[in-house]
Amino acid sequence: MTEETALQRVKFYQTGTHTVGNRLIDKGARSVQSSMDRSNAITSGHRACQGCGEALGARYALDAAMRAAEGQLVAVNATGCLEVFTTPYPETSWQIPWLHSLFGNAPAVATGVAAAMRRKGRSEVKVVAQGGDGGTTDIGFGCLSGMFERNDDVLYLCYDNEGYMNTGVQRSSATPPTARTATTPALGDAPGNVFGTGKNLPLIAMAHNIPYVATASVAYLHDLEDKVTKAMHIPGARYIHIMVPCPLGWGTASDATIHIARMAVESGLFPLFEAEHGEVTRSNKIRRRVPVKDYLAPQRRFAHLFKKGQEDTTRIARLQRMADANIERFNLLGERESP
Amino acid sequence: MLKQIEGSIAVAEAIALCRPEVVCAYPITPQTHIVEGVGALVKSGALENCEFINVESEFAALSVAIGASAAGARTYTATASQGILFMAEAVYNAAGLGLPIVMTIGNRAIGAPINIWNDHTDAMSVKDAGWIQLFAETNQEAVDLHIQAFRLAEELSSPVMVCMDGFILTHAYERIDVPTQEEIDAFLPPYDPVQVLDPVEPYSIGAMVGPEAFTEVRYLAHEKQLQALRLIPEIGAVFKDVFDRESGGLIHPYRTEGAETIAVALGSVNGTIKEVVDAMRDEGAAVGSISICSFRPFPLDELEATLAGAKHVVVIEKSLAPGLGGILASNVRMALREMAVPVYTVIAGLGGRPITMASLRGILEAAAKGRLPDVQFLDLDHGAVEREILRARGIRRSGPTAENILKSLGAAAVAGDE
Ligand SMILES: Cc1ncc(C[n+]2csc(CCOP(=O)(O)OP(=O)(O)O)c2C)c(N)n1
Ligand code: SF4
Ligand SMILES: [Mg+2]
Repeated sequence: MTEETALQRVKFYQTGTHTVGNRLIDKGARSVQSSMDRSNAITSGHRACQGCGEALGARYALDAAMRAAEGQLVAVNATGCLEVFTTPYPETSWQIPWLHSLFGNAPAVATGVAAAMRRKGRSEVKVVAQGGDGGTTDIGFGCLSGMFERNDDVLYLCYDNEGYMNTGVQRSSATPPTARTATTPALGDAPGNVFGTGKNLPLIAMAHNIPYVATASVAYLHDLEDKVTKAMHIPGARYIHIMVPCPLGWGTASDATIHIARMAVESGLFPLFEAEHGEVTRSNKIRRRVPVKDYLAPQRRFAHLFKKGQEDTTRIARLQRMADANIERFNLLGERESP
Repeated sequence: MLKQIEGSIAVAEAIALCRPEVVCAYPITPQTHIVEGVGALVKSGALENCEFINVESEFAALSVAIGASAAGARTYTATASQGILFMAEAVYNAAGLGLPIVMTIGNRAIGAPINIWNDHTDAMSVKDAGWIQLFAETNQEAVDLHIQAFRLAEELSSPVMVCMDGFILTHAYERIDVPTQEEIDAFLPPYDPVQVLDPVEPYSIGAMVGPEAFTEVRYLAHEKQLQALRLIPEIGAVFKDVFDRESGGLIHPYRTEGAETIAVALGSVNGTIKEVVDAMRDEGAAVGSISICSFRPFPLDELEATLAGAKHVVVIEKSLAPGLGGILASNVRMALREMAVPVYTVIAGLGGRPITMASLRGILEAAAKGRLPDVQFLDLDHGAVEREILRARGIRRSGPTAENILKSLGAAAVAGDE
């Protein structure tokens, strides 16, 4: 990085609004995003689609990580939208040291960076690895499991947009049942992705007994930042699974990203929780529960469920039961004593 | 210091003396003794300030190495055979990123059929990945090449693969001069990276490059190999100053002066070839040989100059390009493109098949008379092959080839016993 391109400080034009995280509340409780001193790890000029949840989620997470690490941070990136839209040659949006190697090896590369930093006497430099759901739950899963198992000193951030977006919206093992993708088309008598498949990576991460696992959402900025900050202060392998809607792949309006992400949580389909050493320690309670239907209906990837006059009530009900099961399992309505 | 020692352990000791900071390991025969050796030196405390990381695959091994190297650590790993295919994507990536990782290949065949024995198919499978590939003729040279490899890699900012024949070298006990720490420290300066991940100077490394610049980036990868052509002999010369022995360089010609028939080969088989050359020279035959130490970059000019007077060039190689013939031979032909000299391909030693002096002598004698076919498989059991071809022609469901060949050899052996 040369002199002219040295760290760009952010400027806020809409002071007093809620857009960057409640700058009207107490100073100490304000979000990292609301600070003009945030690192702006991904700065302007990237090529993400309008309303991209991943661009937002990554900046939220990395700015929080940067603050927690006092600027001593290295990021490793798997191939995917985030990598592609931030580094169109010869430009880069990254204001932090950043390395992209391959699609399936980000956790291992991060292990190597962390090991080198230790040996170089630079243990204060923290390492995050990041990838999309495909890079994390599918092709990078072997390397991720290895990194977890060794308890390497890496925070892994998964930006889950429920599909392989960079290659044109194909199914991943994080794609929900019934969702239309390019490889689970809305055709036949059970259009979209099938039921009974897919993996729940946060639970699999917990099974490795690593010190910290959490889920987060771009719709819950404070919660996301708190989890990243907490994770950054724990040594060893840590995992945060962040839901980041993709307007292009999901067929949602680009100004609806946060709204959609919030409904994923409020319906119970995407539970927010934390776990330490394999045990759930806390779940975020749903404040205003919404039916799964309200979450699905605005998304074109589920449009086949809502055909005029022939709503697919059976499969919508099945998705509702998945949400109900999450609510029960993670105690999302706070009906039981903690967690 | 002179030691009676296994090749792998000697290499492990040499690696440790080079003060690597991160070593990644995933086991595969015949590489295992090397990483076990380094691991023991880390665990015992003999090798200080080094992370030894047991990973879950070769893909992870080289990926960890990529991260460590990009963060400025001197980094080493080793593999063989299936392992190099499993990490293939990272092999290209490490070269593309220009990371000076040193990796040993304990050369071994690739399946199916699965085979743990020596040949060069593994190294050849990644010959164009952009790594420098050096082939050791002896265990002494394997030790020396590893030491030179770190210096070469770090000066050029390019990964270097040191190839040593599985079992023939990795598992052979012999007398090896393992250098002292002082000698190594005099030869190998600390690693000073040209690019490094550091919050003080935040680079983006590994960005996407489109058609507007990809050719230029690739050209520079080629250019780096051309620089290596100059640097490899230079480093060999410095090595000689410090350690007082010849090792490395681009090629090792042996009795090529006045030779009309010259054998060309990679790796340990050159020892056997030299014995045959000596025996034939004693009888007055004009034969010689060349051991190619640097396969990538490929020393076109040196080969052309050394082979200038030859009437027959015999490339003896432990790899095969099915549907074409020889891989090394194709490269040698490129060096001789201006010369009207026959280049014969002899495919030998596949999957550990012994390459005997008698067979080599037969080949060189036939070559001298111009009686070698373009491509020949040394000591091929023609009977077994013919039988299988006929069988497969006769029955649609003829079954798995490898098992059929074993069965037919077994039957032939039983018939022979009777
Ligand atoms: C080994 C390999 N296989 C396939 C690809 C093609 N590829 C690049 S990005 C990508 C999709 C990424 O999906 P995900 O990880 O979910 O990230 P997203 O783009 O959705 O953010 C694929 C399939 C590749 N680059 N490397
Ligand atoms: S395709 Fe989706 S994830 Fe990719 S940049 Fe566009 S909105 Fe973001
Ligand atoms: Mg995705």
